[in-house]
Amino acid sequence: MLIKQMSVFVENKAGRLADVTKLLADNNIDIKAATMAEAVDFGILRCIVEEADVAAKILKVHGFIASTTDVLAIVLEDTVGGLDRVLQQLAEAGVNVNYIYSTIKAAADEAVIMMKVDDNDKAIEALKANGIKLLCMKDII
Amino acid sequence: MIWNKEMECADRETMRALQLEKLQKTVKYAYDRVPHYKNAMDKAGVKPEDIKTLEDITKIPFITKEDLAANYPTGLFAQPMSEIKRIHASSGTTGKPKIVGYTQNDLDMWGECVARGLTMAGADKNDIVHVSYGYGLFTGGLGAHIGAETIGATVIPMSSGNTQKQLMFMQDMKSTVLCCTPSYALTLAEGLKKAGLTPDDIHLKAGVFGAEPWTQGMRDEIEKGLGLRAHDIYGLSEIMGPGVSMSCEYNKGMHIQEDYFYVEIIDPDTLEVLPDGEKGELVITTIGKEGMPLIRYRTRDICYLMRDKCECGRTTVRMSRVFGRTDDMLIIRGVNVFPSQVETVIAKFDELTMNYKLYVGRENNKDTFELAVELAEGLELQDIASVEALRTRVDHAMRDMLGIGCKIRFLNAGTLPRSEGKAVRVEDTRKL
Repeated sequence: MLIKQMSVFVENKAGRLADVTKLLADNNIDIKAATMAEAVDFGILRCIVEEADVAAKILKVHGFIASTTDVLAIVLEDTVGGLDRVLQQLAEAGVNVNYIYSTIKAAADEAVIMMKVDDNDKAIEALKANGIKLLCMKDII
Repeated sequence: MIWNKEMECADRETMRALQLEKLQKTVKYAYDRVPHYKNAMDKAGVKPEDIKTLEDITKIPFITKEDLAANYPTGLFAQPMSEIKRIHASSGTTGKPKIVGYTQNDLDMWGECVARGLTMAGADKNDIVHVSYGYGLFTGGLGAHIGAETIGATVIPMSSGNTQKQLMFMQDMKSTVLCCTPSYALTLAEGLKKAGLTPDDIHLKAGVFGAEPWTQGMRDEIEKGLGLRAHDIYGLSEIMGPGVSMSCEYNKGMHIQEDYFYVEIIDPDTLEVLPDGEKGELVITTIGKEGMPLIRYRTRDICYLMRDKCECGRTTVRMSRVFGRTDDMLIIRGVNVFPSQVETVIAKFDELTMNYKLYVGRENNKDTFELAVELAEGLELQDIASVEALRTRVDHAMRDMLGIGCKIRFLNAGTLPRSEGKAVRVEDTRKL
């Protein structure tokens, strides 16, 4: 139920992010979802790729700081209140959400969001109990 | 006005005779009391009795900041602690500062030197001397203070910072002489303007500025902005502090207090003594200091000497402004910074590599200081906050080590230019 996310430190400098995407492209690694957390002079690229550990290793060899962590991939109904329904369940279960971003591609009438929470087990339990669909890595790829 | 006409206007023969007498005394004193000098002189095969002329000083080996570090903290003191009345310190090349000890006579001598300088600035007992150098281990504040007390002026020990309060005191207490770093003088000038005031609203007539390099442009701006005449003061804590030399009203170089400091200019590569007028490294011998005498101390400051007659009537040798350094020390906002200190900080962090570069510049006449460092593997990239937390920790460690803040920028590994030979660690774009 958990999805491995890769985080990469990227200086805020023209072309630096392109260096990362080029390395991934050259190594035939597809980006399924991506977001950039930004500070003044640097950012952290968070992305979902096939075999995140391998991708991280490749980046490290080329001098990038990369690490992996587990996130949830949650299926939302693409209607008003879709995200709210999920967040209400998590709030009730006392789960804290660190960040959310959406995938690049999803089926019609659905949206898939990536979510980092402070307690994966508790979140999964609460969401499943309320019929909310979670994806595995193979569903995304 | 001249504070000590007998010394400051002495003819050459009298001064040289006095210098020789004091040099011989100093060499014997240091040889007898400080193991470093005995060892170094024995090794060079020279005895105190071999110093028969002033030129014989070249027989004695130099002493360097590395020797100071090796003798940390008090290995070069020539008096027991019971006779040491004051301690000051400045940055060393490693984590340890250079410690300096003063006897009561040393403090009196310091007061005399700064008194001569303040008199050059036209100050006397009727003046209100506003000291905005930092007070503490740094010699600026207490150095200016002791000189102002010696001439019998009223001293306002403001220390640096809190510009509003400084301006209030200047207006209300009618300060007439300002002592601070040139960059702080500019801050005060800006503050005055911002407060909607003009130099006519304050009473400053002269300023004594030093502890960092400055430009003619800064001098013009300070003189205009504060309505005063600017004077240069030079010194270094190892030797004493500010007051080793100072410029008079003719602004033709800084008069060195030759009865206390014997100066030479050397070629930093061949170590040969250079003739007057040629640019080289300033070497100072204290002739009369008791606490920590220094013989042939390599200051690393590059300047030249002038002996032509100064219109003010003083006959003492003058030194030009400092053009640069022969080592890698940086003076940033008046504080001495060595790249080796930065390395000591970086080495403490597993998240950082030793690939770093320091960028020093000047914006609006204030020094900017930035550390760019490549990140090491193993940094956990949970979120922006985790990286910012690392930045805060590095910032604090730098501040603890250097005494000044700096901007910190993290880089991806391999992004700093690599050089074939020695890495270029510093990019100083200040035009001085």
